[in-house]
Amino acid sequence: MSKPLFFIPAAVFLLLAVFLWRGLYLDPTELPSVLIDKPMPAFAMTNLADEPVDNTDLPGRVFLLNVWGSYCLPCLVEHPTLMRLSEEGEFPVVGVNYKDRQPLALDWLELHGNPFEYSILDEDGRFGIDLGVYGAPETFLVDGEGVIRYRHVGVLDETVWRDVFAPAIAELRAGAPRS
Amino acid sequence: MMKPHRRKRLGIILFIATGLSVAAGLTLYALSQNINMFYSPSQVANGEVGADTMFRIGGMVKDGSVDQRADSLAVSFVTTDFVHEVPIEYEGILPDLFREGQGIVAEGRLDTAGVFQASRVLAKHDENYMSPEVKAALERAGASPESHRFGESAEY
Amino acid sequence: MIPELGQFSLILAFCLSLLLGALPLAGAATGNALWMSLGRPLSAGLFVFLGLCLLILGHAFVTDDFSVRVVAAQSNSLLPMQYKFTALWGGHEGSFLLWTFMLAGWILAVSLFSADMPREFTARVLGVLGLLCASYILFMLATSNPFDRMTPVPPADGADLNSALQDIGFILHPPTLYMGYVGFSVVFAFAIAALLSGRLDAAWARWSRPWANVSWAILTIGIALGSWWAYYELGWGGWWAWDPVENPPLITWLFGAALIHSLAVSEKRGVFKSWTVLLAILAFGGSLLGTFITRSGLLTSVHAFASDPSRGVFILAILGVFVGGALLLFALRAPLIKSGFGFGSLSREVFLLANNIILAVAAASVFLGTLFPMFYQAITGDLISIGPPYFNVIFVPLMILLIVLLGIGPVSRWKKTSGAYLWRQLGKLAVASALIGVALPLIVLLDVSIPATIAVALAAWIVLTIGRDLRAKTANKPSRWRGLRSLGYGYFGMQGAHFGVAVMLVGVAMTSWFSSETSVLLRPGETVALGGYDFRFAGAERIAGPNYNADRATVMVTRNGAEVAELQPELRVYLASGAPSTEMAIDPSLLRDLFVTPGEIRENGAWTMTVYVKPFVRWIWLGAIFMALGATVASADRRYRKLATAKPRDKARDETRDETGQASGLGGLRPAAGGEA
Repeated sequence: MSKPLFFIPAAVFLLLAVFLWRGLYLDPTELPSVLIDKPMPAFAMTNLADEPVDNTDLPGRVFLLNVWGSYCLPCLVEHPTLMRLSEEGEFPVVGVNYKDRQPLALDWLELHGNPFEYSILDEDGRFGIDLGVYGAPETFLVDGEGVIRYRHVGVLDETVWRDVFAPAIAELRAGAPRS
Repeated sequence: MMKPHRRKRLGIILFIATGLSVAAGLTLYALSQNINMFYSPSQVANGEVGADTMFRIGGMVKDGSVDQRADSLAVSFVTTDFVHEVPIEYEGILPDLFREGQGIVAEGRLDTAGVFQASRVLAKHDENYMSPEVKAALERAGASPESHRFGESAEY
Repeated sequence: MIPELGQFSLILAFCLSLLLGALPLAGAATGNALWMSLGRPLSAGLFVFLGLCLLILGHAFVTDDFSVRVVAAQSNSLLPMQYKFTALWGGHEGSFLLWTFMLAGWILAVSLFSADMPREFTARVLGVLGLLCASYILFMLATSNPFDRMTPVPPADGADLNSALQDIGFILHPPTLYMGYVGFSVVFAFAIAALLSGRLDAAWARWSRPWANVSWAILTIGIALGSWWAYYELGWGGWWAWDPVENPPLITWLFGAALIHSLAVSEKRGVFKSWTVLLAILAFGGSLLGTFITRSGLLTSVHAFASDPSRGVFILAILGVFVGGALLLFALRAPLIKSGFGFGSLSREVFLLANNIILAVAAASVFLGTLFPMFYQAITGDLISIGPPYFNVIFVPLMILLIVLLGIGPVSRWKKTSGAYLWRQLGKLAVASALIGVALPLIVLLDVSIPATIAVALAAWIVLTIGRDLRAKTANKPSRWRGLRSLGYGYFGMQGAHFGVAVMLVGVAMTSWFSSETSVLLRPGETVALGGYDFRFAGAERIAGPNYNADRATVMVTRNGAEVAELQPELRVYLASGAPSTEMAIDPSLLRDLFVTPGEIRENGAWTMTVYVKPFVRWIWLGAIFMALGATVASADRRYRKLATAKPRDKARDETRDETGQASGLGGLRPAAGGEA
């Protein structure tokens, strides 16, 4: 038997490894949103304090739209980051209280602190459908014109902020200096 | 002296090679016979699926669409990706987690009336599991209301 | 504070495993005896510290320390105590810790039972295993630390263990499966050590065999437990679903079965050595692939852990380094191996070669079917699934062929067997098996059924050839009893495992073709008839369990008016998670299982349920037990102890034995007693 024959297993394995590596990224946890670069869907809802809110109440600058719920343990993980952002005040955070119960949500905010300008009350998840939300937590980056620029599925911790959001914001500012 | 030895070795190698190629051929044939394509309700509604092909469809069970006969196991419901809808009929016991507003995958064929006759209905196995097929179908259509429980989201 | 100790102990274990991966290997390369001798104390230390990690995490689970993230995710204060501990392996982090601990256990075992192997060889084996262990611990520290805390505020209670996992089957299945899986790392390390040292000889094969046998036996039990668990817990009446997560253990198992047989040839006849090494690498690759698939979220399935590409990349890197490196080493070193080729085209070698090809093809086709949807998606972007018929179409003919050979192999002789001899020995048996295959189903079922005929004939074929071989091998002895005693554990192990194949075959065939099931809507008092039994829905009541509430139905089963069983399936709702769960009720027996899966309760008090009668289903797992016992018994053969003490350190001497020492193999049937299982 000649020598090259013995390389076949290694070669097959290499091919397989390439496929496996590609395969890892086929089932993305970072879901593309059809709403990217589209305006936020029109809404007229109430917030957690039972005040009416609609599109005109959105901050007129770059802000974060954070989908959360009191049932959602990972939301606690990202909570300190949101608190820091809201204390620094550069990027306001608007909440979407997704498929939650209002009293539970209010208790949760009281217990852990409230990083949100206000939270849109979305008990039945209708607004979530409009946004294409997959679950809590999710965070949208919205620019000053109310156009969704980026969507992050999962926990927004300091690492994600540094590696994903900060560059996205920088790019947003460099590319389209509208905000 | 080497010759018969070599011939024997050649014989064995030929034997192995024939066996392997027959096996490979059969495997590929079996594979081609058993591929179930997966479609979203929009694709089905757009007529991308031929009649009488076995396939899988995935989507959300539309709220208020489940109609269960009181005296039998027959059930009909509508699956949707929030863009298009496909009616499904099934006879049998639905999985534990089959509920309105949940993601499901059904396996079966379209009948002439455009109703999907399911031979099998799969729901999410538990809160931590959502079929990637349903996820993908909803992604294609651009909507996916799926409440996350801790088990799943914590892994992000 | 205690979880931080666990973290500390994990880091210590990492340092120890790095040392274990470095020093003995370096010692073997430079001939430094001190470095080589460090293998044993380092293995012991690694075992102790990983054990400590496991105990500390277990402590966190048992004491409901919800500040530890995995405890909060998988446990709950209401969870019964026995499940609190086993919830440890209900999630990714804990189960990986268990996996790594199992590896440390195997490493310790190797270091303890290696006294008879040359120092350099042991050092290399331990070094390779140390590196592997280090990569696992690094993986934990980097991407899935079991001791992570929930900051800043720990939740008041945990999210609960998935109800399907609150069960005895789940308590046993993962540890057993992992232990078998990880065992193949040892065989892999032996192969790498042999490639590194360039001495791929009969001694290497002999040393590997007990480890391969034991790993394979444990893996067999692990897979059987998983199948049993799925059968009664998931409640769809099946015992094997060709699920993407079930398949990798099967791939490993098939490669492992091929390896066991191929090692026998390599040891006894000094041939197929490079192929044997390749199988050792592939079996190990299968076990890593299994980890990769369940933990990367590559293929989502019933028991996949939640997906996370970063973990996938890490495991893929481990896979690449170890399997890729091993295959490269194989490509460079294997051509140097001198393999004898002294056997005829009809000989035991050829039958074992055919066995290997069949098992490897089976493994490869399962592999292809499992990953094909991913390949397809990578190329076309379309989503597909592969139906179970694919696997059945491949498996059934391959296994029929395998079982036919299984009867011939043990009777045939090494080097050269004449066709006439085989026909003399087996011709009558073949005819007898065929007759039994036709007659038995006809008598029992009063019906002609081709699948039943084939299955019964094959099972008869196995049993008859085993009996015939036992008789022949004891024929020339003063008494049958003395003859049996002279045969050795290896031989009995082989025949026991082969008998297990027959038992499993009967179970699989009968369950597949003669099960009946029906889904019905029953009001209290109504009856459904199935497979000769009457199932009467007597009524339902509401009950409270320790951590769930349930509706319990009572189904009375009668046969010809005589009461057979009372089945009580439940529809549970778990308090902590609110998750519903169906608990089926089974009346098991050796010849048939009766079982009821509840569906739902209608407003008028009627229940939907699926009722099954499954003949011989227990035989599937019984067969697995025979196989595992057989492999274990074979590994206890005295040859492994006796020959090992001969300390074949001298390479030259060993190789001469390879060439000349087998002459006695022609002397008759006696040498076959070595145990080719």
